[in-house]
Amino acid sequence: MENLFRNYEEAVALILFSIGFMTLLFHKNLLRKLIGMNIMDSGVYLFLASMGYIYGRRAPIVENGDLSAERYINPVPASLVLTGIVVSVSVTAVMLSLSIRLYERYHTLDLDVIYAAARSRREHR
Amino acid sequence: MSIRDKLSALLGFDIDFDAPVPPRKTETAAEQTPDEWRFSRRIMRAGGRRLGAIYKILGVICSVVLMSTLLLTVAGMPRYGVDQEYMDTVTYEYISHGMEYTGAVNIVSGIILEYRAFDTLGESFVLFCAVSCVLALLRADGADSEPERVEYRDISCDPILRRTMRAVVPIVLLYGAYVLLFGHLSPGGGFSGGAVIGAALIMIASAYGEDVSGRILTERVFKTVTTCALSFYCLGKSYTFYTGANGLHSVIGNGTPGNILSAGLIMPLNVAVGMVVACTIYGMYRMIGQRRF
Amino acid sequence: MADFTEAIKAALLVLLIISATAAATAKKTLPAIIIFSSFSLIMAVVWALLESPDLAITEAAVGAGVSGVLFFMAYRRMGMMSGGKGDDENGKEDDDEHKG
Repeated sequence: MENLFRNYEEAVALILFSIGFMTLLFHKNLLRKLIGMNIMDSGVYLFLASMGYIYGRRAPIVENGDLSAERYINPVPASLVLTGIVVSVSVTAVMLSLSIRLYERYHTLDLDVIYAAARSRREHR
Repeated sequence: MSIRDKLSALLGFDIDFDAPVPPRKTETAAEQTPDEWRFSRRIMRAGGRRLGAIYKILGVICSVVLMSTLLLTVAGMPRYGVDQEYMDTVTYEYISHGMEYTGAVNIVSGIILEYRAFDTLGESFVLFCAVSCVLALLRADGADSEPERVEYRDISCDPILRRTMRAVVPIVLLYGAYVLLFGHLSPGGGFSGGAVIGAALIMIASAYGEDVSGRILTERVFKTVTTCALSFYCLGKSYTFYTGANGLHSVIGNGTPGNILSAGLIMPLNVAVGMVVACTIYGMYRMIGQRRF
Repeated sequence: MADFTEAIKAALLVLLIISATAAATAKKTLPAIIIFSSFSLIMAVVWALLESPDLAITEAAVGAGVSGVLFFMAYRRMGMMSGGKGDDENGKEDDDEHKG
């Protein structure tokens, strides 16, 4: 249990994930759901990249030609998350264009109303 | 002197309070929603309230279970910041021999553009696909779109925005180019520099208006730049893969670490990735904001 | 000195949770978008304190700069398209609800 307070960074990252998940569940507006998804993404990246941190060591940029592995943090999680951050913005852009098209067709951002309108549109065809 | 002349003398440029603003023509939703949608919308709003309470209770229970499971997992994980001291062999290899094999002072740049270059190529493909999807979705094709009915006021009409952006844009462009070119020597690289240059392109579009955006930053320019950058990445990296796998001698050397012309292909690849990211960001901004590139 | 950095990092993480909750529970959409931009900015400082400067520059440029601007442009487009008067919990208001 006291490990939970020692691993405070991962705990905060997973709390962010849960906050984003709850935003996805409880809001009806499509744009708010997208904001929730972005918060979930940020929580996951914080969780991954905090695995590489070691107390007392510096950023992985070689200083004065010192190549000993005891001076730098673990660089591998940071390089994996760097790709993820840019992918998350492209996913956000595609989802935003989808919601713009949905809004143009149904004139609302409420998902329940869009489902009902799509169903009635299919039946009336 | 009138107030306008005094203000113009103070600020140094001409203020025109009577600049023409194109009128906004909008059409309300009531004139185009068919009757059946309005009917079912009322049904949905009426019927949804009964299920609403059950959905909310279930949602709260599900979220509480999820959060407690995740926090229990954190309590059982290795200690943060301390248990990572005993690195595995891959990380040890990257740090100890990274500068010698790749020539890059920034170990993270060496990893993503030399040891794991496939991942960066895949990520550039993801960006390219994303901007193609946005272009395909938001193109004015006449099905439901209404590009004629809404008039978008050009935001560069605003004198404060124009003046501020003209002062700030050169600095941001310079900083973006610096982060891009020095990616192998200091923090930064392709993604960071490309994002900063993309933001600078957005600022150019809002500072200089439609004449610059229509003439210089056109759709054709961006398609050409993106395709050339991705092809250069593929061909350049294939050459080093081929010579490395077969033990041949490649003409691209590593140089001395610390010079800007060092680290093999890392700097040209940084520029290629940065160009893709910048074009993607600007393309998404234009399509989502104005519906035409 | 190390304790000071740890204290600042803990304070910033608490601020991260507060701004995420504020973005999730805002009443209107426009303040939620702006608070989301500030959330990305605080995240960028946290990356810098975690000794990852590449991630800090990327998050500051992409999260606070580009993602926030894209959300805002999309919101502006939807507001202009139907002449709606803002939004509530259930998506955008429509004029026919007042007329009908």
